Amino acid sequence: MSESDHSMALGHSATMEPSPYAIPSRKLAMWLFILSDSCTFGALLFAYGYLRTGSPDWPTPFKFFPSIFNVIIMTFVLITSSLTMLGAVDASKAGDKSKTARWMGITIALGTLFAILHIREWIGMIHEGVRLFQNPWGSPLFGASFFGITGLHLLHVISGVIAMAVVARGYLRGSLNAGHVESTALYWHFVDLVWMFVVPLVYLMSIARS
Amino acid sequence: MENVPNAPRGITPYLPVYIGLLVLSGAQIFIAYSHLDRNRMLAAFLGVALLSAALAIMYFMHMAQERRSFFWSLIPATIFVLLMMNMIWSDSFRLLHMKPF
Repeated sequence: MSESDHSMALGHSATMEPSPYAIPSRKLAMWLFILSDSCTFGALLFAYGYLRTGSPDWPTPFKFFPSIFNVIIMTFVLITSSLTMLGAVDASKAGDKSKTARWMGITIALGTLFAILHIREWIGMIHEGVRLFQNPWGSPLFGASFFGITGLHLLHVISGVIAMAVVARGYLRGSLNAGHVESTALYWHFVDLVWMFVVPLVYLMSIARS
Repeated sequence: MENVPNAPRGITPYLPVYIGLLVLSGAQIFIAYSHLDRNRMLAAFLGVALLSAALAIMYFMHMAQERRSFFWSLIPATIFVLLMMNMIWSDSFRLLHMKPF
């Protein structure tokens, strides 16, 4: 029996500690997850830099069409989805369920579009002969690092889209509240933030130059 | 924005940050096709990415509206961990210059 259950059993309400930093525990937990996840992505990007620096024949395969153009669209879509998620947070705080559903629906659609564009990029790379441990251009580690970093980010995007769908459904049914929408939004902004590092380090540093 | 005081209403207050992020992303594309050497290009990319991240954290994630103690408890420790990862570089340069061992 927990301390609060014990207190309830004794017939008096549990004494609650004040919330640390004056924020809900849910939000603090999400921030702690985000910071630990940023260290995961940081470690992956540092490992990418390590491999790249230590490999004299690192490939630079990304042409403006289709890769960089695709990345520009993906970046625009992801940043825009962060803005629409802010709309959902604001509407949920105001208690406007239909507006919250609309903004979250747009964000889910944009997240799905991002994932489709990302998978299209992957298919293009695979058609060019890139595999986890081989490629036609140079260091065989290129494929593993490219698919590893972008794959983890894509996994975050897909997880975020699923989480947003679940939270939107729960919010509309009344089982979840505006705090849940906000915590999901924090996660989604983090996914956007990581992309701002993945694009220059993985794609733009490896542009094909004639 | 649960328990966030003075939080702005609607998406309009966020539009300057949104446009700023788009401009910074455009700047990264511009830098990529400029004729900077690789080291300067990397430094420019990281500078722009850090600025974008700061904008996203402070305004989209509302860190600017939280208590200062919240910021100081979380962000410096994370930056410290990420900076400590820089110890790998000497070994990666060794890999490059000592080939074929």
